[in-house]
Amino acid sequence: MLERVILLLCVLPVLAAQNCRPNAPEGHKVRLSIKTALGDEAYDWNENELFLFQSTMAYAMRRLKGQQFTVSNIVVCNETPRVSFWFVVTSPQDPSQLVPKGEVEEAVRKSRNRINQAFMLSDSTLEFIGILPTLAAPVEPPTPTWLIVFGVVMGLVVAGIFILLMLSSVQKKRKKNKIADEEEEDEDEGTRVQTPENGSTRVDYYNNSFADDERFTHM
Amino acid sequence: PGYPLIPNRAHSHFELGGRMGKTQDSQVEERPKWDNKVQYMLTCIGFAVGIGNVWRFPYLCQIYGGGAFLIPYLIALVFEGLPLLYLELAIGQRLRKSSIGVWTSISPLLGGVGIGSMIVSFLVSMFYNTILAWVLWYLFHSFQEPLPWSYCPLNENLTGFNEECEKSTPVNYFWYRETLNITPNIETSGSLQWWLVVCLASAWSIVYICFIKGIDSVGKAVYVTTTFPYLVLTIFLVRGLTLPGATDGLAYLFTPDWEILKNPQVWLDAATQIFFSLSVAFGGLISFSSYNSERNDCERDAVLVGVINSATSLYASIPIFSILGFKARSAFNSCLERNILTLTNHFEFSDQNVTLENYDQWYNHLNEKFPDQVQNLNLRECDLQTFLDQSASGTGLAFIVFTEAVIEMPGSQVWAVLFFVMLFSLGLSSMFGNLEGVITPIRELHLVPKMIPNELLSGILCLISFGVALIFSLGSGNYWVEVFNGYVGSVPLLIIAFFEIISVIYIRGMKTFSDDIYLMTGRRPNIYWKACWLVISPLMLLVVLVAYVIVQAQKHPTYPTWNPSYELFPQTEVKDYPDWVFAIIVLLSSVPVLSIPLVALVRLICSRVKRSSAAVDLNPYDNSTFQIEVQEQRNPKA
Repeated sequence: MLERVILLLCVLPVLAAQNCRPNAPEGHKVRLSIKTALGDEAYDWNENELFLFQSTMAYAMRRLKGQQFTVSNIVVCNETPRVSFWFVVTSPQDPSQLVPKGEVEEAVRKSRNRINQAFMLSDSTLEFIGILPTLAAPVEPPTPTWLIVFGVVMGLVVAGIFILLMLSSVQKKRKKNKIADEEEEDEDEGTRVQTPENGSTRVDYYNNSFADDERFTHM
Repeated sequence: PGYPLIPNRAHSHFELGGRMGKTQDSQVEERPKWDNKVQYMLTCIGFAVGIGNVWRFPYLCQIYGGGAFLIPYLIALVFEGLPLLYLELAIGQRLRKSSIGVWTSISPLLGGVGIGSMIVSFLVSMFYNTILAWVLWYLFHSFQEPLPWSYCPLNENLTGFNEECEKSTPVNYFWYRETLNITPNIETSGSLQWWLVVCLASAWSIVYICFIKGIDSVGKAVYVTTTFPYLVLTIFLVRGLTLPGATDGLAYLFTPDWEILKNPQVWLDAATQIFFSLSVAFGGLISFSSYNSERNDCERDAVLVGVINSATSLYASIPIFSILGFKARSAFNSCLERNILTLTNHFEFSDQNVTLENYDQWYNHLNEKFPDQVQNLNLRECDLQTFLDQSASGTGLAFIVFTEAVIEMPGSQVWAVLFFVMLFSLGLSSMFGNLEGVITPIRELHLVPKMIPNELLSGILCLISFGVALIFSLGSGNYWVEVFNGYVGSVPLLIIAFFEIISVIYIRGMKTFSDDIYLMTGRRPNIYWKACWLVISPLMLLVVLVAYVIVQAQKHPTYPTWNPSYELFPQTEVKDYPDWVFAIIVLLSSVPVLSIPLVALVRLICSRVKRSSAAVDLNPYDNSTFQIEVQEQRNPKA
């Protein structure tokens, strides 16, 4: 009995290690692009960060299933300088049992935001290969912005048209009254101008025309 | 005091002209006048400088070998553009009538030239204002954060992006689907797009409010609409030159390819570009200059307008191409970065080991060591030239290429708003000229009773144009705009301009015209003008016309369509115009031109019929007219 227990204890880590390998059936690949996301403030990837990842994944699994997942249930392997690695999740009750892929995906989706936040990364810089991020719908204001701008512009234009039409009709009325007055004056003038001879009348007209144009030619 | 020694004939005519205006005061409204010279110049410049200066000239410059294109362009300006411009301004200022009145004055048989101008102006104003409606739509959307053409909308079940948008680009999707809601071909009309109807209504309302008092309101509006684009172009120039990749664009634009001058197509395009750019033969310029005083130096005006128009084209191409160079470089960098990511992920290098700078070294190194792995990765070929070659003209430039560039610039909303307001001002000032070419001839033809005020006439015209332009807000609207743009605004104008120059120089007579100019400017036209008017310009126009028609007739006209179910989507599918559209095209090109022989024929027949009855010959040189006028003058005062 004791031998069996010792054997089991020795074999378990090996089993777990065997379960975690690239393209493992229940495994997922994770890829981090820390320098791309943070630039100068990028932190180095080391054991501590890996530990943080394991605990965050355990947290995510706890949230989904309610079982007491611990850090040792998240088995990581095949780390590369890219910062990418594979991981599998073992069941807390039976370490030789792997949690199915679908459940791991669900857990990741549910807690994706928290996982991202823990590493100060985003959906595109902390990638779980095979687990697509849910897309955020773009924010739509209740009234489309363009209608508001259109309303403002058209309001001004219509008001302007209205005002200009009113002004011009008022001006026309004033002009009509003015012309009625002026016509009476003109008739008196006309008789006065015509009395001299034709020659000087022509000179009068001649001079007026030139005078008018002088006014308009200069800028 | 500098007044010329005027020969007796012109002297008496001039007196009559001056006096007739005064005596007819009580009977006819005085001809409107410009408040000052600046308004007149700004209006003419605004009419000539339009959207084409921004989105057609830089494109032509680019495809025809940059700096080398300037040579045919300047030659066309000097020998074709300036003489025509001077001719129109001079004849309008001298005869003081709009386009129909001017040609009828020269000879009653030529009234058709004016009617042709009027029809062309009307047709052009309709589709031109539709373009302004599209500009307004984009302008209204530029206030949104983020810009709506920068992202794809989600599909119905929110699992991914809209399929059409994914296959093409968000910018293309916004233009073809959300703005135009375009149908796959011109036969499918689709329905009226309410948002485009709304934008079209605003565009026509804005045009109406500026035109409400004729040149009184237009003269004030042009202070803004003509000068604002220059301000914006300068701002874009400064911004554009400081963007990374600007030098790529500028080098690409201005690198002269002298070989291209051997291609006759280049010369044809240069001549047509100058011609359409200066907005001659629309009749608007004749009307505008007829409101001048008769003693105005129209030679200087014409040269100024022509030179400023070309200078603006050149000036606009610099910021446009800086920004296009920036866009090409951004696209190139994105392409490289995608490759870098693929390499980094595959070979598991540390993040940011492979950068834009050392990409080439890494690539060569990896290709030597692991050639098959690198091949399997299917890396994209990133070539800066291909991105620079992705140029466009027309609506493609403004609504697709430029909007894409604006997304990459920091502070996108500001640049988008500035750009679209600039396009709108450019188009608006050209619309004034178009409308002027329609309204004043209507008045002169006495088609409407005199008691209808100008405001009402303008309003009715705007309303009718809006109604007809609703075709362009259908699903197939864009295809129709291209039809109008290609066939109304091309051959008819060339023919009308040819008849204009023949009428003035050969029918009115070079001598009479020289006298007119002597009267107006105080000096006779020099040998350059005479040579151009008599021989060079008509010849050039004829050659360009014939060449243009031949080039067009060589193949059955086709048009590009946006068809999401096309195999090679997002490439545009090129289709032939169906027969009924072809018939409409022929109609559009020929109706304005047909009026010339038609009116001549009608007048000939009418004059033969009326020859028996004593007709009052309205030749102002005839003394009998003066006597009749004097009698009429005396009568009311008797």
